Amino acid sequence: MIDESVVSHVLGTALRTGGEFAEVYAEDKRSSGALLDDGKVEELTSGRDRGAGIRVVVGETTGFAHTADLSEAGLTAAAEAAAAAARGGGGGVRTVALTRRQVSRGYDIEVFPDTVGKADKVALLTRADETARAEAGAITQVSARYADSRKRILVANSDGVLTGDEIVRTLFWVSCVATGDTGMQTGRESVGHTVGFELFDRYDVEDLARRAARRAITKLEARPAPSGQMPVVIGSGGGGVLFHEACGHGLEADLVAKGASVFRDRVGEQVASPLVTLVDDGTMAREWGNIAVDDEGHPAQRNVLIQDGVLTDYLWDHLRARKEGRSSSGNGRRESYQHLPMVRMTNTYLLAGADDPDDIVSSTDHGVFIRQLGGGQVNTATGDFVFGMTEAYLIEGGRVTEPLREGNLIGNGPEVLNRIDAVGTDFAMGPPGTCGKDGQGVPVGDGVPTLRVTSLTIGGTAAS
Amino acid sequence: MSATTPPSVGDTAGLLTLAETVLAQTLPGEHLEVFVGRGRSTSVRVYGGEVESLTSSSASGVGIRVVTDRRQGFAWAGTLEPDIVRDVLDDARDNARFGEPDEFQGLAEPDGVEAVDQDLWHDAVLSLPVADKIDLALRLEQATLSRDPRIRRVRNAVYGDGSGEAAIASTTGIRASWRSTSSRLAVSAIAEDGDETYVGAFGDAGRDHLELDLEDVADQASARAVRLFGARAVPSQRLSVVLEPRMAATVLGIAAGMLSGERVLKGRSPFADRRGEQIAAPAVTLVDDPTDSRSYGADTFDGEGLACRRNELIVDGVLRGFLHNSYTGRRSGAGSTGSAVRGFRSTPGVGHLALALTPGDRAVDELVAGVDRGVLVQSMTGLHSGVNAVSGDFSVGIEGVMIRDGVLGEPVREVTIGSTLQRLLLDVVAVGADLEWLPGGSASSTLVIGDVSLGGT
Repeated sequence: MIDESVVSHVLGTALRTGGEFAEVYAEDKRSSGALLDDGKVEELTSGRDRGAGIRVVVGETTGFAHTADLSEAGLTAAAEAAAAAARGGGGGVRTVALTRRQVSRGYDIEVFPDTVGKADKVALLTRADETARAEAGAITQVSARYADSRKRILVANSDGVLTGDEIVRTLFWVSCVATGDTGMQTGRESVGHTVGFELFDRYDVEDLARRAARRAITKLEARPAPSGQMPVVIGSGGGGVLFHEACGHGLEADLVAKGASVFRDRVGEQVASPLVTLVDDGTMAREWGNIAVDDEGHPAQRNVLIQDGVLTDYLWDHLRARKEGRSSSGNGRRESYQHLPMVRMTNTYLLAGADDPDDIVSSTDHGVFIRQLGGGQVNTATGDFVFGMTEAYLIEGGRVTEPLREGNLIGNGPEVLNRIDAVGTDFAMGPPGTCGKDGQGVPVGDGVPTLRVTSLTIGGTAAS
Repeated sequence: MSATTPPSVGDTAGLLTLAETVLAQTLPGEHLEVFVGRGRSTSVRVYGGEVESLTSSSASGVGIRVVTDRRQGFAWAGTLEPDIVRDVLDDARDNARFGEPDEFQGLAEPDGVEAVDQDLWHDAVLSLPVADKIDLALRLEQATLSRDPRIRRVRNAVYGDGSGEAAIASTTGIRASWRSTSSRLAVSAIAEDGDETYVGAFGDAGRDHLELDLEDVADQASARAVRLFGARAVPSQRLSVVLEPRMAATVLGIAAGMLSGERVLKGRSPFADRRGEQIAAPAVTLVDDPTDSRSYGADTFDGEGLACRRNELIVDGVLRGFLHNSYTGRRSGAGSTGSAVRGFRSTPGVGHLALALTPGDRAVDELVAGVDRGVLVQSMTGLHSGVNAVSGDFSVGIEGVMIRDGVLGEPVREVTIGSTLQRLLLDVVAVGADLEWLPGGSASSTLVIGDVSLGGT
């Protein structure tokens, strides 16, 4: 993407005002998408983003500038702007010797999406639309979206690191509206992996469309969710967003360092039920949050955050790790070359336990079973978090019974982690997610086995 | 001007020339729309009396829409490099071959509505020295810390400013270019006492830094953090909800989204057949008016180059109409309302730009005094996970202060409020006189909504 000698020269320019650390992050991203809505293939789109972000660190200050101009002149101008922003004391000329670091993601992309004809991509949409509409007359609207991206990145810094990655992601999404006497309800399904068009060898779009349609139809019969506290069982693969919000964000070292996390100063302590072992793993092959290197050039890692309920470590990026005199955990990520990296999760999941999933439900007298979680949000300072339920049912007498309308659940991270009293053997990853933090979105994965929380607050409208 | 040298900042006419250069490559039988966008921004983040980061950004790009035989194709690039722009045009043409024909598909056509000349570009912000920007952020941090001894630090104090420019040229005769500047301050105060920690966030926005009220941002952020000490969940109950203007604007924004012509035409709005009917309490009058310069959402043209205009959505609780871009306007027969929203990376959608709620005549104190049992809401979480704009289901986590017999009581957290968006609009009991022009582009005052479910212990 950029010649090695140019990178080295640009880093030298970036350090000229006395910078202690400088970095060039360049990307070239091509994306394509197709949208079917209201019974018609509405549009195909193609996108191209190319540019570089340069950061310079002096003391506590980071200067950052980015440019869409990858010529030596363009990069030099950005380096000068970043250096001026992070003005230090000394200066002078420093030469940066780069050592290329080869990385591997441990698997190959089988079918690059840009080698697949547009007609084949469109055909997926049409099949999903027809299948969903055939499911029932109550299905009154269908939308289906296909998207792929191929992004090459280059990361080089004044520590001599020179590395890169090529990331291919493919996503398919279908959303249905069902209409009945009770109004309209929606059902959605999505699959996304860090793979090429071979995604569709593993997933059948008709199956996804049917599931989305059934989810919408089921909810037509749904009654208002209860409001108040009760036991909650979350189904396998329903989404690990519970852990993403309950503790994932609170374990990000940048928030911890600012005292904005309820988990600060708690490494080595029991912070969760002994049934909880939580991992963040950027190396998980083909998963949505998979990376070979993070966006600071550090190889992806598997990091155990909580082992048998004991907090073992936080998540780290380059700057926080450097300050603490330790190494990064490979969690420095950014949305694009126009953004500064910060501490982010990759694929975050709870390891399987020993309980029979059926027993977890049958031993729950009264509560809520959530098959599919929606998104979530956390206030890391208090630990209070919410997460949505997009497919949920009542549990009555140990049996899953009536469907419930959508809503949020609310709990407090440290409390909820201690209230997990059953973890199933049936681990599965959930649907692809986009995690937002300080205005930047990055792809993340999550997963859970069936599990039970003894008490969570359901944000419904009916008295419980 | 040569096509290889981008026009200088503020030279929005130069962007239009660039768009016309691409338009000149139109082939017979096709319609073309070229959208060029450009933004510049600076952001200063301070922490602990030092600059944590200083970012200077500049971005520009082009989005090209091709319509051939009523089929649409689109492509974009985050650069104005001529070689890449040429590829974008080719890609858009190729993509158009795969869209299905739609009799209503097409580009916007000039409709004779005159653009309202507004003062949206303030040179003052462009010439502000970086040192002054840093100083504003540092002063904000300091002011916030000084408000209460329990405010131990801020997570971030941020000053940011920038400019945005856009131009559109199309084969249907659209020629438009527009620009605006913006400036903002935001802070998250962290208050600690014993083992309790709370965050209070607040911000302000303007067309330039002179319009920002730094002291008020510090006051509001610290007050919001400190007033939560001792907050606990309360028992589940039905009560009234008092939404601060920012929270009210958030709920009204979601409701206005349900009045988008696209949702209506595609069967995704519960209000689709309700035009002329009472969908809200009589106290509610809601317009979308980007021609009102007091709004931070004010703009000159929409995303298809049609002049922005004032649109009435709800008047005295009665649904007056929906918002449209040129496609939904054509398909519905209502015509575009100048409500196309987009950047260069997307085709035009439909949305509101500058929602404004007509204020009532009672002060907030009076509103609170009139509530027997309720909760004053200062923050909401889970808007993306617990609110469904198709079914109308509404459930969010909140922080705030309980109201008993007309008096503010204990703080509350880790509870939810739930209803449906349809009910929330009808259950509005009172609208405050405290109209605020908010950083998000909306204007709202305090709303009192009766009979909402609170989920707690």
